[in-house]
Amino acid sequence: MSAPFPHRHLLGIEPLAAEHVVSVLDTAETMREVLGRPIKKVPTLRGRSVVNLFYEASTRTRSSFEMAERVLSADSLSIATATSSVQKGETLLDTAKNLEAMNPDMIVMRHGSSGAPHFLARHCKAAIVNAGDGFHEHPTQALLDALTLRQKKGRLEGLKVAIIGDVLHSRVARSNALLLAKVGAKPVLCGPPPLLPVGVEQYAPTTTRLDEAIEGADAIMMLRLQRERMSGAFLPSTREYHELYGLTVERVKKAKPDVVILHPGPMNRGVEIASEVADGPYSVILDQVTNGVAVRMAVLYLLLGGSGGEA
Amino acid sequence: MSERLLLRGGRVIDPARGVDGAFDLMIENGRVAELGPKLPPRGAPVRDVAGCLVAPGFIDIHVHLREPGREDKETIATGTRAAARGGFTAVCAMPNTTPVNDSAAVTRFVMDRAREARSVRVYPIGAITKGSLGEELAEYADMQKEGAVAVSDDGRPIGSALVFRRALEYAKGLGLVVIDHCEDPTLSHGCCMNEGPVATRLGLRGAPAVSESVIVERDIALAELTGGACHIAHLSTAAAVDAVRRGKARGVRVTAEATPHHLLLTDDLVREREYDTSTKMNPPLRNERDRLAVLAGLKDGTIDCIATDHAPHSVDDKRVEFDQAAFGVVGLETAVPLMIDRVVGAGHLKLAQLVERMSTAPARVLGLPGGRLAPGDVADVTVVDLKRRARVDPEAFASKSRNTPFGGLELVGWPRLTLVGGRVVFDATESAAG
Repeated sequence: MSAPFPHRHLLGIEPLAAEHVVSVLDTAETMREVLGRPIKKVPTLRGRSVVNLFYEASTRTRSSFEMAERVLSADSLSIATATSSVQKGETLLDTAKNLEAMNPDMIVMRHGSSGAPHFLARHCKAAIVNAGDGFHEHPTQALLDALTLRQKKGRLEGLKVAIIGDVLHSRVARSNALLLAKVGAKPVLCGPPPLLPVGVEQYAPTTTRLDEAIEGADAIMMLRLQRERMSGAFLPSTREYHELYGLTVERVKKAKPDVVILHPGPMNRGVEIASEVADGPYSVILDQVTNGVAVRMAVLYLLLGGSGGEA
Repeated sequence: MSERLLLRGGRVIDPARGVDGAFDLMIENGRVAELGPKLPPRGAPVRDVAGCLVAPGFIDIHVHLREPGREDKETIATGTRAAARGGFTAVCAMPNTTPVNDSAAVTRFVMDRAREARSVRVYPIGAITKGSLGEELAEYADMQKEGAVAVSDDGRPIGSALVFRRALEYAKGLGLVVIDHCEDPTLSHGCCMNEGPVATRLGLRGAPAVSESVIVERDIALAELTGGACHIAHLSTAAAVDAVRRGKARGVRVTAEATPHHLLLTDDLVREREYDTSTKMNPPLRNERDRLAVLAGLKDGTIDCIATDHAPHSVDDKRVEFDQAAFGVVGLETAVPLMIDRVVGAGHLKLAQLVERMSTAPARVLGLPGGRLAPGDVADVTVVDLKRRARVDPEAFASKSRNTPFGGLELVGWPRLTLVGGRVVFDATESAAG
């Protein structure tokens, strides 16, 4: 198929070489074909077991992983914090050891602490997939965004991609900026200064002016603004945020005519994005969902069934 | 029937008296009897310490012994053994125990336990405020009577400038130094490492360097206002070093310490080690510019002394997610080889300057006995084998805890012999077997 995939875990975009990013995207295209069939089931991962361990609420990412696992015939089990012994004060280490005793081939984990998947990788034999850790990374989101962009634009190289909003608290922004830079696209980060972390320039050029970020953009990625940010003195109000950084039809006009708009969801309509934009013709938000399943199938396949190699 | 011991052939360095050379040291009845070239043993047992540094006992003025309250992490017995093994003859015990050492009763308890442990000297530090809550002053005179040598609310920064002012004033009347852990908690709330590009990359909340330096500036201004003596604990940023340098130049009674980890490591290590919790402490590892500024401050005397901030934690408190892990690293059993190999060996300090910053200066800063090897002085002596090469082995620590980022590091220059009042409390040649 593509270049052999040399990683045992997917902890982030950071450790991936550009060719391996492309290899995941190419594999995902093949998986999309499977998703288009009348009978959406292949035996690729029959007999392999996957645990989805979710320490944070997630509808989209969790169901996307579960769907990917089912289509590939893996045996999977999902654990959400509300129903696990996490509520009884069990440590991550003990949870990991207990899961390990069931000998799963893979653990997909979402966790509120940055680096929790690295901790798990140190203490478990299973392949670890990071489904979002703290503010650190959300690699499968970046991969599905890249897949969507590549489908719409036919390429990634040279694309100007504006990533807008709460960069400070966003693992999606970090993974996307890393991925886009790796494959030769031109990400630009934009947000109000209190929501741009120190040293953010290491990822991409940065601006605090929305129009500058959007000017001539091939794609715009809007980040979700958590409403609790108002309490940390980051911002005065969602209303003023929308005034300065909300994506409106008027503002979209500054981008290229064929601009596409992505959002990792769930959206705050009227805050970071106006409804007319979210539901508009350039919105590819629902393509992202379909591609999410394909990308996760590709990751499962490459880590479990594919041409796996060194640790 | 006097008890005697002759240390023969070492390099004796006593910065207080300007001594640096090959001398024999005769110890008699727990005191320094004579220092000179080729002393005759006259029947005294002889220890050959050729190739070793012989120095006035090293003093660590910033140690957490955890007793009372967290004996699972450390006890006064294990902590003092760790100190002896690390080449220290005295330690100052921080008061953030459970209960807090904010009363004569707790101070007395620490002194009693230390006496029973029969290892290195322990000088308790009393709390600045009752319960270290930052509100009402603790009873300094009572604690001082039982043996407290300074006051500090280490680990719990004093938010109120007024309370800190009153503490400086009240302590001044008793001749006590106020040691401050400088941190503005409104700036560092929820943070688990240094603010900067590395924290951004790792997705961890970072505390800005300014969260330290604003309080250092405040403390120096208040020391100047009151004429009280203020000691800045674990200085970690360029801005704070600069503040202390300016304060000293104006004649403010301010002194400062730095830890080996802030002198040698930066926040890059958190990334290199992929969220290893042994790289998590407070203040956090800073960037290279800060590290070099701390090193420069140590060289030019802005930073008076080395202190380890020995902070033992159990495996359970460290083997968790990075942002959930306890702050702190152990330091007593690695400080000497780290400083000898990585600071003196790397040419940043002369050996005599290191002795000054680990013995003479800490004694001076808090007005403690020791820090000198004149005839008649109590024989607290640190002997370091300058040639011994070994790896840091956390499993061999005398401390109850193993939370060090230096495990496995190969270093040259390890403690050989530690004497407290002439009595051997650590002997590397004996403990090699067990």
